[in-house]
Parts: sequence; structure tokens; C-alpha cells
Amino acid sequence: MILEKNIDELVDNQGSWLEPGINEAPVISSRIRLARNLTDYHFPNWANSEQNYAVWQQSKKLFDSIDSNYMFWKMSDLSVVDRDVLFERHLISQELANKNKNSGVFVSPDESLSVMINEEDHIRIQVLHAGLNLKDAWNEANSIDDELEKSMKYAYSSSLGYLTSCPSNVGTGLRASVMLHLPGLVLLDEMDSVVNGISKIGLAVRGMWGEGTEAVSNMFQVSNQITLGKNEEKIIDHLEQIVTELKDHEINARKRLISEKLLTVKDHVSRSFGTLANAHVMTSSEALNLLSTIRLGLDLDLVAGFSRQDLDKLFISTQPAHLQKIEKKELDPAQRDVLRAELLRSFMKNAILKIK
Amino acid sequence: MNCEFCKKEKATIHLTQVVSGEMKKLNLCQSCAKSHGIDLNSPISITDILMGIEKKNSRNKILNNEKEYDLTCSRCNMSRAEFSKKARLGCPNCYQAFSAELKTITQAMHHSMNHIGKIPNKQISQIKVSKQISSLKKQIVTAIKNEDYEEAAEIRDKIKNLDKNFNGELSDT
Repeated sequence: MILEKNIDELVDNQGSWLEPGINEAPVISSRIRLARNLTDYHFPNWANSEQNYAVWQQSKKLFDSIDSNYMFWKMSDLSVVDRDVLFERHLISQELANKNKNSGVFVSPDESLSVMINEEDHIRIQVLHAGLNLKDAWNEANSIDDELEKSMKYAYSSSLGYLTSCPSNVGTGLRASVMLHLPGLVLLDEMDSVVNGISKIGLAVRGMWGEGTEAVSNMFQVSNQITLGKNEEKIIDHLEQIVTELKDHEINARKRLISEKLLTVKDHVSRSFGTLANAHVMTSSEALNLLSTIRLGLDLDLVAGFSRQDLDKLFISTQPAHLQKIEKKELDPAQRDVLRAELLRSFMKNAILKIK
Repeated sequence: MNCEFCKKEKATIHLTQVVSGEMKKLNLCQSCAKSHGIDLNSPISITDILMGIEKKNSRNKILNNEKEYDLTCSRCNMSRAEFSKKARLGCPNCYQAFSAELKTITQAMHHSMNHIGKIPNKQISQIKVSKQISSLKKQIVTAIKNEDYEEAAEIRDKIKNLDKNFNGELSDT
């Protein structure tokens, strides 16, 4: 069954990838994306609206028959702010947010699974999990893929695999990615060589919100580039192996920070603490960067009084669309900056700076 | 450093991507980036740009052969020129229509041209047949090598039969 929900109801939810109990400091979340197309229709960006409508209707009927209460939204029914809420929560891509007629998304009740319809490809299945957990995410995506395939005729060739609108996804149609928080490597000026090394082995490094986004707040997404000539397990194993190494690198970097640059770290954390606790105007990029430093402070036991989970939630809730939803009205950037500062000040009331 | 496209303006946008050891660098000026569809305020895919450039190189070669350049997908009418511009295909059949060009692109991107991952459950039997056909094709070569033409003819008929049941689309091209 599918339910058309009010976006406002999402805003207070936790988001599947912010589950409690994950203690892998540098690793935030794991994501699996599968691109699929239907053989009888042109790809969405080249198809006419009748074709796209047919794909949307077919998907809607299918999800309605699945025994789970999927939420769904059609892009043309949503305001810009509503679309941005979905984007900020990592449930849809920027490309889908910019679409109109006959494009939309189905989301599982716990928000861990979302299926975009008529983005660049007809179907894009996405599963998001907390921590380093690509295998579970893949199994989940794989089984919904099997489910969809029962009543949809996929475009598939025995030699090239799943056919996609962009040749960069052809084959498995799989993009596996892991989001990492790497302030240690950044502070030690080692991130550039890490990015270089990673891209030499067929992986890509991107910013927090995926393709084309800047790496703010020391958040990085590492993902596979190659989708053809390797099977899904190999792609995932390779990424997981590299991410594990990267995690160890970061933990190492943090140890060196403590032993070699303790003064710098203390200074950074204290200043960020002071600004977050006292500022009255704050842009979203400033907030993200300060929160990143506080997150490092928490991991290094220099800050206390709140959980990492509560802190991580702020990375999303201080974003423009979420702020407007919290305030329940449209706000211009200047108003948002004031509200954001207010929200952060009130959060910091419980925070304790352990640096004397 | 000057822009690699117009060679006039100063390059202010520097993109780097490395695929399995091969580094590709792109240095562009603001206006060329814009005219190549790179909007700095929206998601950038370096793939798009690389494909654009690769296309540009191959286009120059292909221009000598106008007919080939005018190639259009018979199913969705996407032309090669449009594919070059958008860096996106029009429909599943485009993979056959532009197969020569796509071979170069997929080889450069993925260092492979063969899918070895998941097979849709529904197509598993069909794919088994196509695998059977390619193994029979190998047997034919051996038979001919051994001058066993009777055997070769038998195998040929087997392939024909299998082919008939599953139209050519699925047999490896």
C-alpha cells in the first residue's frame, strides 16, 4: 500500500542512517544505488510525457501492491521547500528535485529505502544505512530489485548488463558509497593525497550531498566509478576494504593530532564551541564546519553533554529547507541564518567544554 | 594556464579524474565551462565533460564519414550529434545503434565491455541460451579447424534453432 504523506511529518523523524549505537567515529553511513530501466520505453529525459506517465503509473500500481506502507510523492505536487527537505534527507537527488510531471519517489516508512521514478533512469533504488554496512544495504536493494522485476521488463543485455541512460552506469547499475567524517586527515593536510590515491584505484571522492557537491564540514563520500566487468559483490568488497583502510588512517591521524598538535585541536574545538554557543547569525556552511569540529571534539572526549546521534541530526536540521519546515513558514536567507544560530545556541546549552 | 577549449581565457576551473591509473585533467575558463553545460551551481559530472571531449575527438574523425555521423537510433530517433551533446542515451536500443562509439567509451570508463554481475531472474533462461550459442560458435570453429564439416553443419543448425526462439537481440553481438 502507498500513502501520500505530508512532508512536515518527516522533519521530526530521525532518518534511517542516524541510528543509535553505531560507534565507528569516522564512518557515517553506507549507501547502495541501483539504476534500472524498462525496455519498452525511452529513457526519461528523452521520452515524451505519455511514456513517462506510463512508467509512473506502472510503478505506482506496483508499489501499491507491495505489502509495506510506502510513502510517496510526485514532484509536481511538492513545493520547492518540500523537495529540498527530501533532498537534504538524502532521499532524492538534486536532479529529481528539479523534475516536474511524472517524476516522483517511493520511500519506506523508516526512510532507509527510496525508489526514484523517472530521474535520469526510469528506476533508481537507493538504500541508506548507518555505519559501514554496505552488504546489508546491497541485500535490501537487491531484494526490492527482484520484487520490481517480477512485474517490470528491465532493459538488459547479456553482454552489457543493465542498460542505463548514461554509459557510466551500464552493467551492474550499482553505485556503492560510504560517507565519512575525516577532520583528522584534513587538519593534517593529508586529504589531497588520500583523494589522489583513492581516485587511482577506480573510486571517486565527493562531497556530503553527492555528485558535484563540495566537501564541506570534512564530510566525504567515497564511491565506485566502475560498474562494468566486476560483479556487485566484488565492487562492494573493494569499496569496503578501502573504506576500512581509510577509517584506520583517520583514527591514526587523530592520534597524531593529539600527540603532535594538541594545542591546535584544543583551539579549534574551543573556538567552534564558543561560536556555536554564542553566535546570533550563522550561514549553513559555517554551521556545518563548526559542527564538524565539535564532532571531532566529541570523539576525542574534549566535549560532552550530548550524543553523537543528536549532533549528527543537526547536520540535516540546520539545512535551509528543514529550518523553514521547523518554523513552518518561508524564510529568506537572512532570517534562516538567525534561526539557525538560535537553534544551535539552544542545543549548546547542554554541551560541556572539557578543555580547561 | 589557458583554457583547453578556447585556448584564450585563463583557466579557472580545474577538474581531475583518474580511472585505474590514468589521470585525466581538464582546465577550463568560466565561459567555456558554461557553454559546455557545466553549471557550477548544480551537480557537475566530470563523466559528462570527459564524454563530451572524447566525442569531440571522435567526431572530428567521423566527420570525414558523414553517413556514419548522421547515424540515428532507429527506435527513439536520437542522433549521434544529440548523444554527443547530452552525453546521455535516448533508449535501450541506442546501445546497439551507437555500439561502435560506446565500445570506446565503456572501455575507457570501465576498462571492460562485459557485464558479469546480476542477471534478472526472468532472463536467466534466455541468457543461458545465449551463452549456449556462444559456446556452440566456439565448437564450430574447432570443427572447421578439424575439417569436420558435417559436425560443423550440425552445430550451425543447432545455433539457428536456438536463435529462432530468442530473437537476435539477446545473442552476443
